Amino acid sequence: MLQFILVQNRQGKTRLAKYYAPYNDDEKVRLKGEVHRLVAPRDQKYQSNFVEFRNLKIVYRRYAGLFFCACVDADDNELAYLEAIHFFVEVLDTFFGNVCELDLVFNFYKVYAILDEVFLAGEIEETSKPIILHRLEYLDRLE
Amino acid sequence: MSSLKSFIKAVRAAKTMADERAVIQKESAAIRTSFREDFTDSTLRRQNIAKLLYLFTLGERTHFGQIECLKLLATSKFSDKRLGYLGTMLLLDENQEVLTLVTNSLKNDLNHPNQYVVALALCTLGNIASQEMARDLFADVEKLVVTQNQYLRKKAALCAMRIIRKVPELRERFVDKAKSLLGEHHHGVLICGMTLVYDMCAEDPSLIEQFRQYIPSLVRQLKTLTTSGYTPEHDVAGLSDPFLQVKILKLLRVLAKDDPSSAEQMSDILAQVVTNTDSSKNVGNSILYEAVLTILEIDADSGLRVLGISVLGRFLGNKDNNVKYVGLNTLSKVIELEPNAVQRHRTTILDCLHDADISIRRRALDLSFDLIDEHNVRVLIRELLIFLETADSEFKSIMTIQTCIAAEKFAPNKRWHIDTVLRVFKLAGNFASEQIISQFIALVSNTENMHLYTVQKIYLLLRSDITQEALTLAGSWVIGEYGDELLKAGTFEEDEVKHEVNESAVIQIFESIMYSTYATQTVQEYVLDALVKLSTRISDPAQIERVRRLIESQTTALDVEIQQRAVEYSALFGHDEIRRGVLEKMPAAEIREDKKLTVEKKSTKSTASAPVVAKAKTETDILLDLMGGDDDVAPSTAVAGNGDLLSLAGASGFALPTNGKNGSTDVPVSSAAPHSGNNSINDILDLFNTTPQAAAAPISSQAPVVSPMTPSITSPVASQAAPTTATIYTAYNNNGLQITLQPHRDANTPDGVVTILVVFTNTGSELLSNMNFQVAVPKRQHVELRPISSPEIPVGGNASQALRVTAAKGASVRLRLRISFTKGAQDIVDQADFSQFPETLLA
Repeated sequence: MLQFILVQNRQGKTRLAKYYAPYNDDEKVRLKGEVHRLVAPRDQKYQSNFVEFRNLKIVYRRYAGLFFCACVDADDNELAYLEAIHFFVEVLDTFFGNVCELDLVFNFYKVYAILDEVFLAGEIEETSKPIILHRLEYLDRLE
Repeated sequence: MSSLKSFIKAVRAAKTMADERAVIQKESAAIRTSFREDFTDSTLRRQNIAKLLYLFTLGERTHFGQIECLKLLATSKFSDKRLGYLGTMLLLDENQEVLTLVTNSLKNDLNHPNQYVVALALCTLGNIASQEMARDLFADVEKLVVTQNQYLRKKAALCAMRIIRKVPELRERFVDKAKSLLGEHHHGVLICGMTLVYDMCAEDPSLIEQFRQYIPSLVRQLKTLTTSGYTPEHDVAGLSDPFLQVKILKLLRVLAKDDPSSAEQMSDILAQVVTNTDSSKNVGNSILYEAVLTILEIDADSGLRVLGISVLGRFLGNKDNNVKYVGLNTLSKVIELEPNAVQRHRTTILDCLHDADISIRRRALDLSFDLIDEHNVRVLIRELLIFLETADSEFKSIMTIQTCIAAEKFAPNKRWHIDTVLRVFKLAGNFASEQIISQFIALVSNTENMHLYTVQKIYLLLRSDITQEALTLAGSWVIGEYGDELLKAGTFEEDEVKHEVNESAVIQIFESIMYSTYATQTVQEYVLDALVKLSTRISDPAQIERVRRLIESQTTALDVEIQQRAVEYSALFGHDEIRRGVLEKMPAAEIREDKKLTVEKKSTKSTASAPVVAKAKTETDILLDLMGGDDDVAPSTAVAGNGDLLSLAGASGFALPTNGKNGSTDVPVSSAAPHSGNNSINDILDLFNTTPQAAAAPISSQAPVVSPMTPSITSPVASQAAPTTATIYTAYNNNGLQITLQPHRDANTPDGVVTILVVFTNTGSELLSNMNFQVAVPKRQHVELRPISSPEIPVGGNASQALRVTAAKGASVRLRLRISFTKGAQDIVDQADFSQFPETLLA
């Protein structure tokens, strides 16, 4: 199960933070710092996309200047979560049309809404891109 | 009041951290004021909440906005509700008290006619439901799990999972509803349903039985997914819904666990998935990985398991580091279960030692050590030693321990064992712990026929390199101890090169070590010990004089310990006749089970607290260890140089004319023997370390082999002289009962077995009855006890009992005796330890 998802840029600025397990404010700040320090200096080419973190694991993937980090249980299938991250990014990409960091900055509340359509309660909820996009389109029309 | 967009722009435009903080604080204050002042304008409230969420993402404090979020979600306008729920999910969590205020709105919205509103409520509930909310709202969720609307059903299924996690007793209520989800065709609903079922089964295995009937339909689902062609809705890199495939495999795993018939049902499809899935992309590998995990966890037949492990083997050859990482991790988990299948991939695993990624190297290293067994120990250790040469320094210390453990466990012969440890010292001598060194010294001293070989080898190594601390320490000891053998053998040949050995060259080595920059305090202490010992093993007076001068040069050393040793050893030169006796060869050190090398991280291997204590040990302890002493005696022997000397001298009770801290050593030589001798002997003999001093005292005083020069009973020098078979030892003499032990061995007795005749003599004036005699031996030995000839012993009479001890050849026999009997009307229970048998008893 996902414990939290963080999207950070290379400077460690958080663009999205979603926690599926309860953490208090101080812990959240600490988590962000620790995750950034763990993930940012890793080599893209020669290092795996998994880091052990406390008794959990961080599965991360870098897209341009953004790190998408998912913290999962130690016995979860890392490869599948890596694929899930990519799936989420693909949804973002289609939704915004060639997504970039600024899209996420200015439309962060939309990003959270998209996240809620892909993951719920720390588990993957929907695996069909067309279904999700169709739903999001409809939700936007309701506003 | 600016808009969200301009606020974000302002934050981004800030040039410095201070500017940014100022912008944020100003806005945060403005939002707070606005919350306080304005109660009506919903547009303003929305804007404020949106900004608040941005602040949240930046990591600012946002608690003051929690109530506003709740107000927003309680309104009827959809866009307000949406933002309100979003804010609630982000700003609140299950531990916040204000959350109870949401319950009512959630209840209303769960029954809302608009499915999108219901979806928002479900989403919120799924992400942050507390225990209380779960209890209040489960009934509404229960209804939604079976609604016709697929969009709501999948969300409700995950909500149900969250509710069950919070309130396990509600699990039963959802079982039937969960079953209905497994028959679904919509992938979203199916995947959520399976997540729910998996969670139920994992938390409560008693439910598994009920879900087993769905195995065939799950297998069918999986089959359809793997064989169906392109599905535009769920395609990921050419595979049809890999997420669902992974989920099914995971669920099958929990359902078939410990049930061979279920495993049987799915073995075909598992084999199909493993053979047909495309492994060129990450997606395919994620499915393969999950399938292998399932194969290894259920009772799959051996062919399938081998197939599974070969997939992991293929993972190691993959270019993608992620896949390698997963492969290594899984292999090290399954090596216990399928050692042979894993062995087959040895070469690939060893290749990973040279991978560019350090985490892969680390895992490959762990796995390599797990792979070692008696058949491949030579090959693997050779490879690992090659790796040690170039290994990152963070690996070196663990590698030295691991290599030595493996060598000790699986060494094909002693020579190889010694060679291996020496290579470790040579390559990473600065990373080897004291434990390893003392273990090595014990090994060498116990392997008599290798003394010459070892000392020659070390001599060569030290001549070429004195920078490795472990090598200099072990080398000093070995050359100090067996220097005479080295000198006697003279020039020797290795690799067709002649190496000259003479006294001056040997001393030269020590001289260069002592004055090198690598000489730590411990090294200098060892060198002093070695030099003083060498002084009795060399013959050229000029060289002896050189040794004396070398030692004397340290009498002004700044370090107290070194100085004290130097002074004491220099003084020894004034007593030539004593010096020879004191510096006799040490008895073979005992290899103690609890001193065996252990790796702390592996709890199964570590025994007691030895490893931790061992690290902090001083050299004194090491020397005492060699004498078969125990950590625990260190404090009682007043850890100081004179303690060393006593033990160095084989605990022979020599008092040296020093100003030592240990008062007993000030007693003159002649009278020192019984007193100080006893003292240290007791400590050293205190092998079981629980023995009360009082109990140990009579043992040593009664020992039959006491001689004035060597009251030490452990000293083999003394006991070797005594005939091994006919000696009778008194093990106990108290409460009117004397117990004697007579070991017996003859040509027919197999190696490592000794029969001991125990004779009980009543020396008191009252009848002894209900005699019960028990014996314990150290863990690795085995004892058999025959019945006692008579449980009643009249005054002056005796009874006998035989016991048989089986141990490794050459091990020393130690006994703990427990005696209970009735003397007159008094019940007596007593205990004694006995370890005075000669070391050669089982040789």
